[in-house]
Amino acid sequence: MIHNQDMIPQQPAPRSTIGPLAWMRANLFSGPINSVFTLLGLYVLYILLVPTIQWAFINADWIGTSRDDCSGEGACWVFVNARFTQFIYGLYPQEELWRGNIVFAGFAILIAWLAIPRLPYKRWVAIFALTAFPVIAYVLLHGGYFDLPRVPTHRWGGLMLTLILAVVGMVGALPIGIVLALGRRSNMPIVKSFCVVFIEFWRGVPLITVLFMASVMLPLFLPSELSVDRLIRALIGITLFQSAYMAEVIRGGLQAIPKGQEEAAAALGMTYWKRTALIVMPQALKMMIPGIVNTFISLFKDTTLVMIIGLFDLLGIVQAALSDSRWLGFSLEGYVFAAFMFWIFCFSMSRYSQYLERKLHTGHKR
Amino acid sequence: MSVRPNARPVGQKPPFWRDRAKRALIFQLLLVAAVAAFLLYIVGNTQANLEARGITTGFGFLSNTAGFGIVQTLVDYSSQSTYGRTFLVGLLNTLLVGGLGVLAATIIGFTVGIARLSPNWLLARLANGYIEIFRNIPLLLQIFFWYFAVLRTLPSARDSLAFGEAVFLNVRGLYLPEPLFESGFGIIPATFLVAIIASIVLVVWNKRRQDATGKRLPAGWISLLLIFGLPLLALVATGVPVTWDMPELRGFNFRGGITIIPEFLALWLALSIYTASFIAEIVRSGIQAISHGQTEAAQALSLPRKLVLRLVIIPQALRVIIPPLTSQYLNLIKNSSLATAIGYPDLVSVFAGTTLNQTGQAIEVIAMTMAVYLTISLLVSMFMNWFNARVALVER
Repeated sequence: MIHNQDMIPQQPAPRSTIGPLAWMRANLFSGPINSVFTLLGLYVLYILLVPTIQWAFINADWIGTSRDDCSGEGACWVFVNARFTQFIYGLYPQEELWRGNIVFAGFAILIAWLAIPRLPYKRWVAIFALTAFPVIAYVLLHGGYFDLPRVPTHRWGGLMLTLILAVVGMVGALPIGIVLALGRRSNMPIVKSFCVVFIEFWRGVPLITVLFMASVMLPLFLPSELSVDRLIRALIGITLFQSAYMAEVIRGGLQAIPKGQEEAAAALGMTYWKRTALIVMPQALKMMIPGIVNTFISLFKDTTLVMIIGLFDLLGIVQAALSDSRWLGFSLEGYVFAAFMFWIFCFSMSRYSQYLERKLHTGHKR
Repeated sequence: MSVRPNARPVGQKPPFWRDRAKRALIFQLLLVAAVAAFLLYIVGNTQANLEARGITTGFGFLSNTAGFGIVQTLVDYSSQSTYGRTFLVGLLNTLLVGGLGVLAATIIGFTVGIARLSPNWLLARLANGYIEIFRNIPLLLQIFFWYFAVLRTLPSARDSLAFGEAVFLNVRGLYLPEPLFESGFGIIPATFLVAIIASIVLVVWNKRRQDATGKRLPAGWISLLLIFGLPLLALVATGVPVTWDMPELRGFNFRGGITIIPEFLALWLALSIYTASFIAEIVRSGIQAISHGQTEAAQALSLPRKLVLRLVIIPQALRVIIPPLTSQYLNLIKNSSLATAIGYPDLVSVFAGTTLNQTGQAIEVIAMTMAVYLTISLLVSMFMNWFNARVALVER
């Protein structure tokens, strides 16, 4: 009788199932149709990527001061380089740029603090970011106090203005949105119908007509001796528009909280405002964060529309620079730069929102 | 238990501010009063401002002569037409770019969304790249890119890019041959209609027959054959009563054919590509939302893969897909108002732009423009509610 005393050593997996070749067979060439798709995809990638890389990197010119420094074979990043300060700060005076830098840095620190889960004192930082920071930023940017020279808002521009519009629109829309969402869920018929009409009105019209309305009709609505700055008018329009979208996100979050939570709080004798502020909202707000980030992304992209009413946000200032007679013909470079800036911001925000969704979502996944 | 010292004697009514119903009533009355006061304040200011500027309110201006031309009109229009006509032209142009945009965005979006779920690694990556790039760049920037960086840098009419001597692309737009229908062409749309009715009848009959006998015909293929074959047959039988008006280079420009202005092309491309990236995500998440159990159960019943898709996955996925899809369509139509930035003559551009500047009737013009978009939104959301009610899962 033959029998083996030892365990048979583990055999390596068959050649056909491991290694890059097997992976390619499974994922790229698993059938005739798939193979055709793969070859087609490779071809598309080739005709798109090779000229782009050649244009943007290999044949591009980076250093210089005027258009004569560009060979013309590839991208002329000299244009972006020469205009970079303008693209970021608009027409903000050169010697006052440090004020913008402080605001940028403070903003970055606050955002990082709130976004990184490990850091403590989130609540206090959030309260500071929503209340004190806007005041500090306004005083610094606008000046007129503490011996800071005044910089009128029509000199603000570029990425700075884009961020101001988006952040102020968002921070302003949050409380209005909460009130509207609570009103829409209220039992009082008049309050409810006011909120429904308000929300549906702003959601039903395009932002551009809202901006037109803010720039053309708002001066008519106010007493003639009261003139409102153009930036403030745009901000009012954006805030009202955004608050309607925010209200719907908040309502979605509120609906996700089981009714038992509110009933249990009522059974403990809490009043409506206590129930809302201490029981429902804290749970709902956590669930709303991905939705809020998503509306912020679309607001961030929509701020480009203010150039139509004559404000110079990032896209507006790029568009204005393109019509400079010394730099005619570099529209591609200008747009690619602006697109890249917007893309970085929006893409990182959407990744963050996806990360949050994964963190909050603990359902069944396969 | 001791009695609380401040407890009210039994039978006495609570003070009115402790009564929830009365409190709600008072609060709502206050709200109405506040809103009314606010509106009165605005109306008063507006009247004073309008008087100071010498603007008379009312819609009488709609019958005044507009005095400006429009590059693309779907109905008869000249600079002698009225502002009312301008409104109509703008509205039709908005609907044209919106309708064609919805069509293109749906096709691109569904293709990319399904490609995103392909087992082919490269195809899925490419689709993902498309979505991530176009979703995260502002639409206005994309419109500018197509208009100023692509279409405006095309060669002039003399050096047009020609595609088979019939289609020409240059800085002034895209030139296509125009079909001219001769007498007797009417029979072709008629056969088309007949084919559609016949296919509907066929599908209904086929379903009844299948329910009764278990046998079924490939009704889908037969209908396809009918709908395309019958008009084609009619076309051949009547001797093709169509001639083509070819665009031709005369002097510095093309004459004849259909001209598609570059503003339209840029807006249409940007709107379709941008919205398609959102639709692709909706399609992907809709298909992924169907639980694996559904597929596995269908496979356990030994349904072939094609039928699993058609009878189990797609009907359930559509329930998830359609509501966000319609809101994307709505976004597309609202976003078409960005036309004003490149001068495509849509509603906002010719009416809320040029007409407003010429007449100064800000309130009427903005109100009419907003009313159009509001009407479209409300119609679509009514359809959505109807659809949701129809396809909603019937639960306990």
